[in-house]
Amino acid sequence: MCTVCGCGTARVADAPVGPTMRAHTHGQDHAHPHGDHAHVHATPAIDFGTGLAGVSIPGLSQQRTIAIERDILAMNAEYAEANRTRLRETGVFALNLVSSPGSGKTALLVRLATALKARWPIAVIEGDQQTSNDAERIRATGVTAVQINTGKGCHLDAHMIGHALEQLPLAGGLLFIENVGNLVCPAAFDLGEACKVVVLSVTEGEDKPLKYPDMFAAADLMLLNKSDLLPHLDFDVAACLAAARRVNPQIEILAVSARTGEGLASVLAWIEGRAIAAGGSTVKAE
Amino acid sequence: MAMHEVSLIESVIALVEQERAKQDFARVFAIRLRIGALGHAEPDALRFCFDAVTHGTVAEGSRLEIEMVPGEGWCADCGKTVLLAERFAACPVCGGRHVRMTGGDSLRMVEMEVE
Repeated sequence: MCTVCGCGTARVADAPVGPTMRAHTHGQDHAHPHGDHAHVHATPAIDFGTGLAGVSIPGLSQQRTIAIERDILAMNAEYAEANRTRLRETGVFALNLVSSPGSGKTALLVRLATALKARWPIAVIEGDQQTSNDAERIRATGVTAVQINTGKGCHLDAHMIGHALEQLPLAGGLLFIENVGNLVCPAAFDLGEACKVVVLSVTEGEDKPLKYPDMFAAADLMLLNKSDLLPHLDFDVAACLAAARRVNPQIEILAVSARTGEGLASVLAWIEGRAIAAGGSTVKAE
Repeated sequence: MAMHEVSLIESVIALVEQERAKQDFARVFAIRLRIGALGHAEPDALRFCFDAVTHGTVAEGSRLEIEMVPGEGWCADCGKTVLLAERFAACPVCGGRHVRMTGGDSLRMVEMEVE
């Protein structure tokens, strides 16, 4: 496993174009290009041959303290900035969809892709531990999708997204990144997206924003999905909205049903409004 | 295992390797992190996976030391800087709800001891 960037643990599967990524070793200092955003792996090899195995270097045996003072996620932040620059330069507006498993992220994406594909170029990056099922559901709508399998990983990171971007025709439009279903870990990893969108379904607890505050604090928009089920449930919508606003007073909240399409128009308006405001060019040419 | 702490320790090892490219050392004795009580990382989870993740790396056998930074916020209701036990807690002084977190979410590698 590559401990520099996690290449060995995640793979981009079922690429629609180009070769499938293979795990590559970081054998020495090198820069490798990611499409048009070359980034440098300034880190040297992790050399399994040295370390504890009886190595002694005369003259260097004195124990010393080295000050580092760096953010642990500094390298993810560098990859995220490279992604952000690349997305901006290609006029792509990217959303990072996060939620617990089973909230309906993929069903929502199928709805959104179907509704938006006539007006915008659209691409989707799907993150799951295993299978390409979600990417296949997206491709059935006619939209390009790349599947990332994280293996044991519990979140997408910016380096994985950099590899996935290589496989996408980035020429304006919208990019939806569906993160691994997990309300904890993905909050910590900036992917280079413009906004995080957190999906909470009404079959979950209304206090979830309080239980998993980091994710709701990081999101710009909360989608309350499966709203068609509300008449059959005891879900307290007002309590849920209050919980979300307590952890994030700025969060915008829209109710939607991916099944019936109820509320979808507001979600589309939010996405398109943000994309246009971000300079997101490129409504699709007729 | 759904623990992003594994990724965080991998990132720490990457920082160790970056440093080793600048100044050579053969062995790491200790790694010191500064972790905010309101941040994304659970210190126990970091300790739990540290030995497994550092195995086979230059940091194998090293000691993990974690310095915790308490959560801190500024209360817009009473104007005081207060200690925060959780990210969205009410002000412990006046009970107000308008406390903005101002510190205690750090995830930093501070220093390491090497030979």
